[in-house]
Amino acid sequence: MRPSSALLVGVVKLLVGAYARWVGSAPGPAQRIYFANHTSHIDTLAIWSSLPRELRRRTRPIAARDYWGKGVRKYIATKGFGAVLIDRTRGDPLVDPLEPLRASLRDGDSLIIFPEGTRGTSATPAEFRSGLFRLAGEFPTVELIPVYLDNLHRSLPKGALLPVPVVCTVRFGAALAPQPGEAKESFLARARDAVIALSTKPA
Amino acid sequence: MKTLLDRVPHEFLWLFGSLMGLLAIASAIGWMLARRDNDARKAASVANLNERINAWWVMVAILAIAFLAGSTTTLVLLALASFFALREFITLTPSRPGDRLPLFLSFFVIIPAQYALIGTEQYGIFAIFIPVYAFLLLPSIAAMRSDIDDFLSRSAKQQWGLMVTVYCLSHAGALLMLPIEQGRNGLLLFYLLLVVQMSDVMQYVFGKLFGKTKIAPVVSPSKTVEGFVGGGLAATLIGGAMWWITPFTPPQSAAIAAIVVIMGFLGGLTLSAVKRSLGAKDWGVMIEGHGGMLDRTDSICFAAPVFFHVVRWFYA
Repeated sequence: MRPSSALLVGVVKLLVGAYARWVGSAPGPAQRIYFANHTSHIDTLAIWSSLPRELRRRTRPIAARDYWGKGVRKYIATKGFGAVLIDRTRGDPLVDPLEPLRASLRDGDSLIIFPEGTRGTSATPAEFRSGLFRLAGEFPTVELIPVYLDNLHRSLPKGALLPVPVVCTVRFGAALAPQPGEAKESFLARARDAVIALSTKPA
Repeated sequence: MKTLLDRVPHEFLWLFGSLMGLLAIASAIGWMLARRDNDARKAASVANLNERINAWWVMVAILAIAFLAGSTTTLVLLALASFFALREFITLTPSRPGDRLPLFLSFFVIIPAQYALIGTEQYGIFAIFIPVYAFLLLPSIAAMRSDIDDFLSRSAKQQWGLMVTVYCLSHAGALLMLPIEQGRNGLLLFYLLLVVQMSDVMQYVFGKLFGKTKIAPVVSPSKTVEGFVGGGLAATLIGGAMWWITPFTPPQSAAIAAIVVIMGFLGGLTLSAVKRSLGAKDWGVMIEGHGGMLDRTDSICFAAPVFFHVVRWFYA
């Protein structure tokens, strides 16, 4: 592991713990898309840090270019956790923003994505956007793993500058796949429900 | 190397050597027990035993660090313990957006400052920094955010968390600044940890063997009169037998150990009541098997300040 990555993981663990709980799946070498609820800038780092070290090397979080694309943040994103930067602004309507994701999947990497597209403020995620459905159709062999991030909206919520240390659990659920012929809306609703289902702690 | 060994009292070498030997034997036994075919209940007991043995290794490592790497390293380790304990406490305590700045300051200003005051031997400020200044200023900052929902309850819980996990726990580190015979402060810290830990272990053992009468069934079902009396007496005797590493005479050492035992017991009981009032059986369940820093330090949090003041008053 690069020293910058080790330092980053150390800081994230000190701040929010980022303890992984594999509820419906187990960590493994299969190519995957992890999709999660999004409430904080630490989300990306928390999921990535919670993965076993050997999986971290092949797992690339998706990060918005408008936030992570310049200065120190860019250094952290590219050198620290190997992020794939995407355009949320769609500056050029002819360029598909999913293209960098496809390129990484073709290279055999796993991805971490946030289908809400932006950070929310509540514990329940907003409606999912369609990118997840499209990638699922184009890469049928890639496992789709729902992930729920606990408590991070308390650590560094939208609009906050200073992080508060709070213990965060990262729950990984069972893999999900679109049924043959399943409509986009139906699949996205199921995917979102799978994330929400992980928000209630197992007894 | 010679200067290092000169600095270290010879008691340290005795303690360190014998503890390492005992622990190695204990770990070997624990390892063999874990390898046997056990039913679920036995396996849980063995896992618990091995956790306790590992806690002892940590304690011995702290002792070694306290002597070999010096007091700064010890204080940094204790500050980290406070940090993790406060993080657990805050995780289970509801907070609102208006609490963010006071909480940030608690973690990143108050914890380092409290331990820096020990490192620079500022006893006067150390003793009042959190009970006076944090107590007055943190709620003031929160009040500026004009969020009055549950204001008193939020402020009180946060102050309580700071008092237990930072103020009380830091008194274990403060033993290092007491003006007793040069180089023996680390042994005092070790004495405290030893008696508290022995008391916990012995109460557990006596409770398992003879426990019948529950002391506070709602708060802490595992605490029994038989466990407390038997385990407490055993820990008192062990504390008395350790007089030679302290400034105390043997009877004094036993009496002080008894005080540590009682305070440790009250700490476990009180923090258990706090946990339950926050809706958890133990800190580990609510944060799903992780953390547990508070489970491990609850007795020390209550015993450390009283032990510190007893030594400061009568022996420094």
